[in-house]
Amino acid sequence: MHQKENVNYLNVEYGIKSWLFTKDHKRIGVMYLIAVTLFFIVGALAALGVRLELLTPEGDLMSSDAYNRFFTMHGVIMIFLFLIPSIPAVLGNFVLPIMIGARDLAFPRINLLSWYIFIFSGIIGIIGILKGGIDTGWTFYTPYSSIYSHTPVVLVAFAAFLVGFSSILTGLNFIATVHTMRAPGLSWFRLPLFVWAMYATSLVIMLGTPVVAITLVLLILDRAVGLGIFNPTLGGDPVLFQHLFWFYSHPAVYIMILPAMGVVSEVVSAFSRKKVFGYKFIVYSSMAIAVIGFLVWGHHMYTSGQSALSGIVFSILTVLVGVPTAVKILNWTVTLYRGSVSFEAPMLYALGFMGLFIIGGLTGLFLAALGTDVHLHDTYFVVAHFHYTMVGGAIMGFLAGLHYWWPKITGRMYPEFLGKFGAIVVFVGFHLTFLPQFVAGYLGMPRRYHYYVPEFQFYNILSTAGATILGAGMILVIGYLVWSARYGEKAVSNPWRAVGLEWETASPPHPHNFEEVPRVEWDAYDYEYKYKKEGVSFA
Amino acid sequence: MHREGIYGLHEQFEDLAQQKESSLIGMWAFVAQEVLFFGGAFFTYAVYRFMYPEAFSYGSSLLDVRFGAFNTVVLLLSSFTVAMAVRAAQLNDKKQLVGFLLATLFFASTFMGIKYIEYSSKYEHHLIPGINFDGSHLDFDNPEKVELFMSIYFALTGLHGLHVLVGILILLWLIPVSIKGRFTSSYYFPVEIFGLYWHFVDIVWIFLFPLLYLIGVS
Repeated sequence: MHQKENVNYLNVEYGIKSWLFTKDHKRIGVMYLIAVTLFFIVGALAALGVRLELLTPEGDLMSSDAYNRFFTMHGVIMIFLFLIPSIPAVLGNFVLPIMIGARDLAFPRINLLSWYIFIFSGIIGIIGILKGGIDTGWTFYTPYSSIYSHTPVVLVAFAAFLVGFSSILTGLNFIATVHTMRAPGLSWFRLPLFVWAMYATSLVIMLGTPVVAITLVLLILDRAVGLGIFNPTLGGDPVLFQHLFWFYSHPAVYIMILPAMGVVSEVVSAFSRKKVFGYKFIVYSSMAIAVIGFLVWGHHMYTSGQSALSGIVFSILTVLVGVPTAVKILNWTVTLYRGSVSFEAPMLYALGFMGLFIIGGLTGLFLAALGTDVHLHDTYFVVAHFHYTMVGGAIMGFLAGLHYWWPKITGRMYPEFLGKFGAIVVFVGFHLTFLPQFVAGYLGMPRRYHYYVPEFQFYNILSTAGATILGAGMILVIGYLVWSARYGEKAVSNPWRAVGLEWETASPPHPHNFEEVPRVEWDAYDYEYKYKKEGVSFA
Repeated sequence: MHREGIYGLHEQFEDLAQQKESSLIGMWAFVAQEVLFFGGAFFTYAVYRFMYPEAFSYGSSLLDVRFGAFNTVVLLLSSFTVAMAVRAAQLNDKKQLVGFLLATLFFASTFMGIKYIEYSSKYEHHLIPGINFDGSHLDFDNPEKVELFMSIYFALTGLHGLHVLVGILILLWLIPVSIKGRFTSSYYFPVEIFGLYWHFVDIVWIFLFPLLYLIGVS
């Protein structure tokens, strides 16, 4: 090996300063990856506390007060500091500009600023934990949060407010970049579906996040200054807070799931060596989810005293949002049909996503229906449902994408055997954790309680055992990924023989992504074109 | 940042035209999110006004229409001067550009000054919720509903004032750069983008003024 190593974004300069002041979207993506992983670990520790406490029906590990703080911190950290930034800020940041053949995002300094805002709000959140944590639930419902809670609500609400701006800046960057910086020949309908998913996500971020921002500002003004906007003693309406909160926080679940769907489109196509079936339908379904997703927030308030008519309207709209989701699942399944499918770790996660998301989505319909929701509202059925979509969906998608692009990010392969093994452990652990919660919830176990009736203990033991397996699986995954970043086998530029601009450049890429601006002469996922050009027959 | 000697061109762009297009889309997207941000607050206003119309119109009569009207004129003039500043930059007219930006800064500061006088008088009359609100001297049966109106008044005008303040900070950056002669007919879009932001801040006030000051009973 006498060949001099090529210049890439990792070795172009060294030292901590070269990272902290970088404007390179790839380095910022890696910095986001490190940050969200750390927050994930903190959030997982909070979940561990909750699951251990729920092993027994009595409160023998912690007080009710401590339990409230544990599940709140789990929710706040996982949603605001892990799930929302995970795919857009890590994978989107890294691959989106490369996928469209750009040198960088449109606003690199704003991109770096978004990372600092993220870290700063994360630190404020951690200070909130060190000051005892908050006990309002991640939903900050008033008037409990604005008047009665004795915990540092202002601090944590401010962190959640601030972190919203880091995702707004990321979304703004993506929108401007996709509009103006596509490579010559790369028309809108040649864009990879991941880029479309990022675009749809950015729209939701731009139009949803500011509403929760103003809501949290009003909450903070109520609590810190003493204004009375949500204070019932002045005639303020706490249900108004719920409306405003869910106007963002329901679309927020699409901020978490749309990117994962984008990853699955990439991975399913790459490991079937086949064009995605119904490309345009997947594009339109992403946009449809982004639009309809804004019209369903009221399904969180069937029991909060909204009128029967709005309940019915929100119920119908909620069922409607299932349609574009089903379109995607159908298209991925048809993509598999007669493809040359192989089962590397990213594909296992993508298939896991499909299986889990079907369960998560269908149980969502139970909750969308007015009658059943009154029975299931605030039970473990809801907890299981959103963990199937958020963990089974968003985290599976994140892990699929992380493994898929790992060779591009680090220039090293992860160990394939451990990768597959880890995917199976995570899959099994996940099911064991959350499947019993459907049953417990259906039978009436309420969420957010410290004590429960002894008849539910069986399900909770299963669930905690599953969480242990899930945790072990995650430790394994984090372990071998960190190991492989240094010691893994060197990756070639296109280890999966996939189609896409990100695979045309070196692994890891040049600081400017491409030596020269690429021209795009093929449609997305045009495997026939690619293999014909290389003289390979796959028929 | 000075690739091929073109001032202001950032390295990720091919040329200034692409950079301008990106920046404009970026600012429009930012304005869109601002609309939703203030939208949440306006929605809150609408709900409570619908619930407590009398308290709102009584609360409105506690505000001084003259201050509000004067500030409306001030902001409209500032929108005019910022539009003229963009035009001056496009025409390479440095003197006019600096002049119009200074005028905008003057109007923005005047607005904040008036706001300060208004807030002080509310303080003297014990009308600031959470700080010194005292409804006992009010000629209204449910003073707590008036307190709710004042809460919304301070939240909305406070957030708007914060946006004016941010505009002043941006102006304090734009003016020295203009004096150095950096903005030319090929690189004027930072002024144009600031103009977009400033017009937005102005429009928010155009809505706030009637909703807060003009619904009172005379």
